[in-house]
Amino acid sequence: MATKKFMYLNRRSSFGTVYAIESLEVVLIAAAFEQDVSLAFMDDGVYQIVEGQETDGIGMKNFSKTFHALGDYDINKLYVSKESLEERGLSESDLMPLVYEDEDDDWEEKPSIKVVTNDELKAIMSEQDVCLSF
Amino acid sequence: MAQICGAEVDEEGFLVDLKDWNEDICKQMAQDDDVELTDEHWDVINFLREYFEEYQIAPAVRVLTKAIAKRMGKDKGNSKYLYSLFPYGPGKQGCRFAGLPKPTGCI
Repeated sequence: MATKKFMYLNRRSSFGTVYAIESLEVVLIAAAFEQDVSLAFMDDGVYQIVEGQETDGIGMKNFSKTFHALGDYDINKLYVSKESLEERGLSESDLMPLVYEDEDDDWEEKPSIKVVTNDELKAIMSEQDVCLSF
Repeated sequence: MAQICGAEVDEEGFLVDLKDWNEDICKQMAQDDDVELTDEHWDVINFLREYFEEYQIAPAVRVLTKAIAKRMGKDKGNSKYLYSLFPYGPGKQGCRFAGLPKPTGCI
């Protein structure tokens, strides 16, 4: 099977709708097919990977923890819109420190998150074979 | 709905409410599957429970194998060894014994 480039675009916050958790679920399923998978976070989607989410009060599963498993699934390209962060008064330091272990570099831990401008994100999107928006 | 030791399970035998899990349920599930639980089984079961606690998902077999290899060494982190413990699949059967949901992406 030829490898295709898949991008999952996340534009909504974690809770209130099912989009965020459904997107993550699809990403994990797709990971089993060993495709080239990347994730993008823009608009309210950037809230999905903010550090320190606490769901006890709303009776929902805190699936933000699952983002830490993505590295194990060989998903290590998480692009975050710089403009979307800034519009919300957020910076990279407010995000979870998501990492992966680089198999080709003695399993060294490397950051998975890359903050990019919307122009850069547009260029990355245009390289994809498939782009799914949630 | 079917029950094991008073806890509800779905049509595939997975616990409906993960909080119901205890060692007796695990032992009963194993007995029903003709699996005799050893320390080696418990190592994997406990590992699965810790993984779920940390990441809120049941790992895919590929990920489980890699993670066990890292934690317990390559002689245990391989599918041959894990299938010898859980003949119906370390993902599917192991997760069921551990009280986890069916692994995401597992058919």
